[in-house]
Amino acid sequence: MSVIQEAPPAPVEEPKPRKPATRKRLVPYWLLLPGILWLVVFFALPLVYQASTSVQTGSLEKGFEVTWHFQTYWDALTDYYPQFIRSLLYAGTATILCLLLGYPLAYFIAFKAGRWRNLVLVLVIAPFFTSFLIRTLAWKTILADSGAVVDVLNTLHVLDVTSWLGWTESNRVLATPMAVVCGLTYNFLPFMILPLYTSLERIDGRLHEAAGDLYATPATTFRKVTFPLSMPGVVSGTLLTFIPASGDYVNAELLGSTDTKMVGSVIQTQFLRVLDYPTAAALSFILMAVVLIAVTLYIRRSGTEDLV
Amino acid sequence: MPVLRWLRRHLIVIAGLLTLAYMILPNIVVMVFSFNKPNGRFNYSWQRFSLDAWKDPCGVADMCGSLSLSLQIAAWATVGATALGTMIAFALVRYRFRARGAINSLIFLPMAMPEVVMAASLLTLFLNMGAQLGFWTILIAHIMFCLSFVVTAVKARVMSMDPRLEEAARDLYAGPVQTFLRVTLPIAAPGIAAGALLAFALSFDDFIITNFNAGSTVTFPMFVWGSAQRGTPVQINVIGTAMFIIAVLVVLAGQLIANRRKNSARP
Repeated sequence: MSVIQEAPPAPVEEPKPRKPATRKRLVPYWLLLPGILWLVVFFALPLVYQASTSVQTGSLEKGFEVTWHFQTYWDALTDYYPQFIRSLLYAGTATILCLLLGYPLAYFIAFKAGRWRNLVLVLVIAPFFTSFLIRTLAWKTILADSGAVVDVLNTLHVLDVTSWLGWTESNRVLATPMAVVCGLTYNFLPFMILPLYTSLERIDGRLHEAAGDLYATPATTFRKVTFPLSMPGVVSGTLLTFIPASGDYVNAELLGSTDTKMVGSVIQTQFLRVLDYPTAAALSFILMAVVLIAVTLYIRRSGTEDLV
Repeated sequence: MPVLRWLRRHLIVIAGLLTLAYMILPNIVVMVFSFNKPNGRFNYSWQRFSLDAWKDPCGVADMCGSLSLSLQIAAWATVGATALGTMIAFALVRYRFRARGAINSLIFLPMAMPEVVMAASLLTLFLNMGAQLGFWTILIAHIMFCLSFVVTAVKARVMSMDPRLEEAARDLYAGPVQTFLRVTLPIAAPGIAAGALLAFALSFDDFIITNFNAGSTVTFPMFVWGSAQRGTPVQINVIGTAMFIIAVLVVLAGQLIANRRKNSARP
């Protein structure tokens, strides 16, 4: 620290500081203990229990037993692969839409909003605090068959195109894939905007000026300066959107139909209604594995490993 | 074409405002429909204006009970997760020790996992232990999934703190407790407050994990979910509107305080 303290070297005092030193070395462990214990017991241990449940056979009446019955995984996959593919497809589409919609808003807040910045930020954060279920139910009103949105889309002949693509059905939006993706996009948009905003806000405005001075067009400035610098926000935003969206079943249940069921819905039904614990555990394990592998590959490719 | 040129110049502003409208639209619908007087059980189409639901917000059986239960759980989950999370954040930023990498991943993983996976696995644990599902299992689950978010929020703030301020306090003969209470804690407070606010919002709003681990206990999101099948009372829109207004006021007040501090800190 300071030179003055080092000046009187005292070999006499040497045995003394030993005890405080060991106590000090233990400080981080004492700080970590309660929280980490909580995560180990209520997060990690349950995953182990779930792994063991997924290879059990039996029934609720006779009890379950570990029989290393890996067939459950295969059966679960062959029975429910449409729901799996649908989940990844919907979550992926919603993530891309969130990025496309969220980037301009984040950019607007970071660079253009000026004194309105705080108000806009509040409007982005505040919906968080209104129950997301109530807001999702509101989409039922907005997308209703006789509603304004459907009318407008119909007049513009958008619904003809989307129906041909299989996103909607003739004159309906509700109970179609489009409604589910719209709900997912809406629900996870703040998780995209906030990380994007944080990384955009950190960019030094003088870099834009410098790019302009070097005769870069606004488009080039964006492509070569702004976007690369916002990559950490893009990566964490897409993760924060894709991961929860892939396991979500609320939007699919409230805004979709039986044809738009996602894998979360299947897990919930198997677990809480059918009470087929091994199948539910296997499904949930497959979902976890798929998401973790996708996330790892994605982080590797985008090269921002210091995210963790 | 001056219109086109104007559009091109303001493209980002227009796109941003459209996204903002998309985000606010459901809140406006919720607000408008809180003044509706529906004909049937479902409050999905506009009938006529009425103040009935606002005059009698608790007029629906079990709704306000579930609301107060959710508030209680959110309050305790916030206290628990903020205390545990702040301790972890300080340990991770301020100390170098073995197993740091492993602990970082243990904290990252709950955020990198679909909620339904955590919900289902926690239920297998509770079923295997024979635990009674209800208030306590919900609280345990909520503290678990809020913890990582609190750690992240507090860590960001503690990392940007200047350790020399604490050294200065110690040089001025402040004891460790005094240094912590009068220097460290006030500087870290915005991060801790952000973490606590996040934990409260996450816990209050959680449906998926609660649905798995609640047994027959009904929290507010579960009440809303159930009502979506049986018929949504207008009072749900009243609560939604009230929550939105309170949230806007709280967040605005927080920003005002932060701004005033920032301005008064400047010479």
